Amino acid sequence: MDRVCVCVLPMSSLRPNYPLYIRSTPTENELKFHYMVHTSLDVVDEKISAMGKALVDQRELYLGLLYPTEDYKVYGYVTNSKVKFVMVVDSSNTALRDNEIRSMFRKLHNSYTDVMCNPFYNPGDRIQSRAFDNMVTSMMIQVC
Amino acid sequence: MEGLTLSDAEQKYYSDLFSYCDIESTKKVVVNGRVLELFRAAQLPNDVVLQIMELCGATRLGYFGRSQFYIALKLVAVAQSGFPLRVESINTVKDLPLPRFVASKNEQESRHAASFSSDSENQGSYSGVIPPPPGRGQVKKGPGSHDAVQPRASADQQEPASPVVSPQQSPPTSPHTWRKHNRHPSGGNSERPLAGPGPFWSPFGDTQSGSSAGDAVWSGHSPPPPQENWVSFADTPPTSTLLTMHPASVQDQTTVRTVASATTANEIRRQSSSYDDPWKITDEQRQYYVNQFKTIQPDLNGLIPGSAAKEFFTKSKLPILELSHIWELSDFDKDGALTLDEFCAAFHLVVARKNGYDLPEKLPESLMPKLIDLEDSADVGDQPGEVGYSGSPAEAPPSKSPSMPSLNQTWPELNQSSEQWETFSERSSSSQTLTQFDSNIAPADPDTAIVHPVPIRMTPSKIHMQEMELRRGSSDHTNPTSPLLMKTSDLSEENKINSSVKFPSGNTVADGYSSSDSFPSDPEQIGSNVTRQRSHSGTSPDNTAPPPPPPRPQPSHSRSSSLDMNRTFAVTTGQQQAGVVAHPPAVPPRPQPSQAPGPSVHRPVDADGLITHTSTSPQQIPEQPNFADFSQFEVFAASNVTEEQDSEAEKHPEVLPTEKASDPTTSLRIAQADGKIEEKTAASVPANVSKGTTPLAPPPKPVRRRLKSEDELRPDVDEHTQKTGVLAAVLASQPSIPRSVGKDKKAIQASIRRNKETNTVLARLNSELQQQLKDVLEERISLEVQLEQLRPFSHL
Repeated sequence: MDRVCVCVLPMSSLRPNYPLYIRSTPTENELKFHYMVHTSLDVVDEKISAMGKALVDQRELYLGLLYPTEDYKVYGYVTNSKVKFVMVVDSSNTALRDNEIRSMFRKLHNSYTDVMCNPFYNPGDRIQSRAFDNMVTSMMIQVC
Repeated sequence: MEGLTLSDAEQKYYSDLFSYCDIESTKKVVVNGRVLELFRAAQLPNDVVLQIMELCGATRLGYFGRSQFYIALKLVAVAQSGFPLRVESINTVKDLPLPRFVASKNEQESRHAASFSSDSENQGSYSGVIPPPPGRGQVKKGPGSHDAVQPRASADQQEPASPVVSPQQSPPTSPHTWRKHNRHPSGGNSERPLAGPGPFWSPFGDTQSGSSAGDAVWSGHSPPPPQENWVSFADTPPTSTLLTMHPASVQDQTTVRTVASATTANEIRRQSSSYDDPWKITDEQRQYYVNQFKTIQPDLNGLIPGSAAKEFFTKSKLPILELSHIWELSDFDKDGALTLDEFCAAFHLVVARKNGYDLPEKLPESLMPKLIDLEDSADVGDQPGEVGYSGSPAEAPPSKSPSMPSLNQTWPELNQSSEQWETFSERSSSSQTLTQFDSNIAPADPDTAIVHPVPIRMTPSKIHMQEMELRRGSSDHTNPTSPLLMKTSDLSEENKINSSVKFPSGNTVADGYSSSDSFPSDPEQIGSNVTRQRSHSGTSPDNTAPPPPPPRPQPSHSRSSSLDMNRTFAVTTGQQQAGVVAHPPAVPPRPQPSQAPGPSVHRPVDADGLITHTSTSPQQIPEQPNFADFSQFEVFAASNVTEEQDSEAEKHPEVLPTEKASDPTTSLRIAQADGKIEEKTAASVPANVSKGTTPLAPPPKPVRRRLKSEDELRPDVDEHTQKTGVLAAVLASQPSIPRSVGKDKKAIQASIRRNKETNTVLARLNSELQQQLKDVLEERISLEVQLEQLRPFSHL
């Protein structure tokens, strides 16, 4: 069964690493995904601090580190404004290649900027944009 | 209730009447005053009316459902035409005139008065007192205005009800609310919002009573031009008590967004006719919007920044979430600012929302910003006809809707041309707003199959770039990429990806990131990409014509992982030119002597085993590139240590030229593969030395893999392939297919085909030989075992 989880976390000082948007399919075990996302944040932070200049970075976090038992792969992506996107996918989904993940992150980033452009959106709010939801849904469907 | 077939006119008329009677919009008409009035107006004797009601089933049900109502109306028509009332007659009587409803004079007058007064209350009754529409006969109104109906009925019956017919259930109640103040529902004739002869506004009729509440809402401004009535953002939120507007629920009639000056608007609309959709903006509305726009941004061609727009729309007191959604819908180019069109669309949506319409998921067609934004903005107020955003002002309204999808199809292309989209080059955000035309447009989402041939460059980053650009091209968003694509397609001939397999990952949205990022794309992966692609192109002989082959001395090779191949090809190119004309590998003759396979089998065996000979490996490596060069076989031959090989080894050089292609090719392949193996498993060489036959096991595997890839490689490296050079010697004795050195496409294709055939043959041979090899090995093993067994005896 394919499981995917997508999460957007800003680097806000108020609520650091509070997910602005988190969504997974299937919807059970969502807590597990949340947990995984949180644990992977450490790795993300570490990588951010490691890199000096190239802030826009697409990295891969192999789950070998985090969850040796289950084979999940956790991917991370950070924007220039330190907004982190985390994606968790099933390792059994071998069809997913690095390029695909990259493209998915790019799409996420695009949609995220669309949301940001909306003057009615206050940064720090949960993302409730339908367009964003639709995009994420289509992406997840495509993966699964 | 049997099925009822209604003509279009009837359909419209009936639904109008139904909605008129359907005060509570519950889709059931309780026998109420209006219905009775209606029937009374039909001027039928009471018993007939009763009979009708009974026939249609209303008495049974206790109310008029839609079908019952329609049947009743039809029966009224039947009765009025003098036919006997029977249930069957509803369908059998053809060409039935529409039922006529005559109102009494009093009613008529009162209605008139009511409507006029109501109108006069209206601010500026938009064009003063509503002038009776010239062609009254055209517009239909709710059953309320029976008087209007009557004179019109005949006219209406003839005409297919005016296209502009007010909807039943989706009344644009907004006009009511726009009416600023408390216009009063003229007495009991609240149904008739407007002049008697006025338009057939069933919605108005229905909502009039309700709208007064709504009117109160818009109390804010006073007297101003009608447009101001529509929305006064400064006030309390309106009560959208009006009938829910169901833009989608319109049947064949569509809601016409009415303005308080419904008559004038109606007239206009009538004249323009058209297939209206509920989201069309009327002229007045548009004018109003434009004026509002001007208050924020005097330049009509300019943009309203997001913050200003936010303040403005916040005044409407809609929840932020909805405003956010409205923004998403209307900010078409996602630049955080609103152009005039976007602003009008947003405003329109706000108004609609305030009136109870649900926000659509996607931007309705008529609200789409015009494709040619800048030029048309000036024409906004001038068009007398329906304004709807058709994108092509010259387009006749009736054809607007059908053409809309096509116009919107061109939207992505035009996007690029419009300067407002410059910022957009990196995004495919139009995908969301265009998704309503899914059937028409390939989704802007670049997940669609990529058809462009993708040349693969040598350098991984470049390869990746091209992948990105390929996808970008498919998402047809950015101009810069297309020329690039065109350019790149001319380059390497590799991977004319005919099947769309190429980029299984190829669903990226190419965007600016691709060009700016440094992709740490691993060459291996891309190499595998490449090989995979190649495999497809190799296995499908029916591929479309491959692009012209690249110039021969090509510095880069598509096989990113096989740097050696460059050398190989580079060298072999020279070599080949030295003597052998590159022949397409014709089917090589089968091995002549049965023995030949023997030595050939051994040779590969030894070749594999020889790999392990470190002493020979250095020799082999440099010789490796000599793809076509048989000297490497000599090397193998020379380095053959096994005694049984020696004699045969010497035979090799002779055998080779005469041998059917299988041997040299297989050995060549193996040699090549070995070369590769050497590249990769240099470390394992010493390990291999120790194992005698075991190296055979691993090498064959990579060998086979390499072989396969080489198979595929072959057609690609056709031009300068020197593997063909190998065969060339072999083919010397064979009828060599003359190959045009020049880039003759047909010849090339033919040669490719031949190569492929050869490939398959060779592959088969190869497998056979491998089988033989295995057999021989087994024999050898068994012999050795026997030897071992016998050994103790030998000592005895």
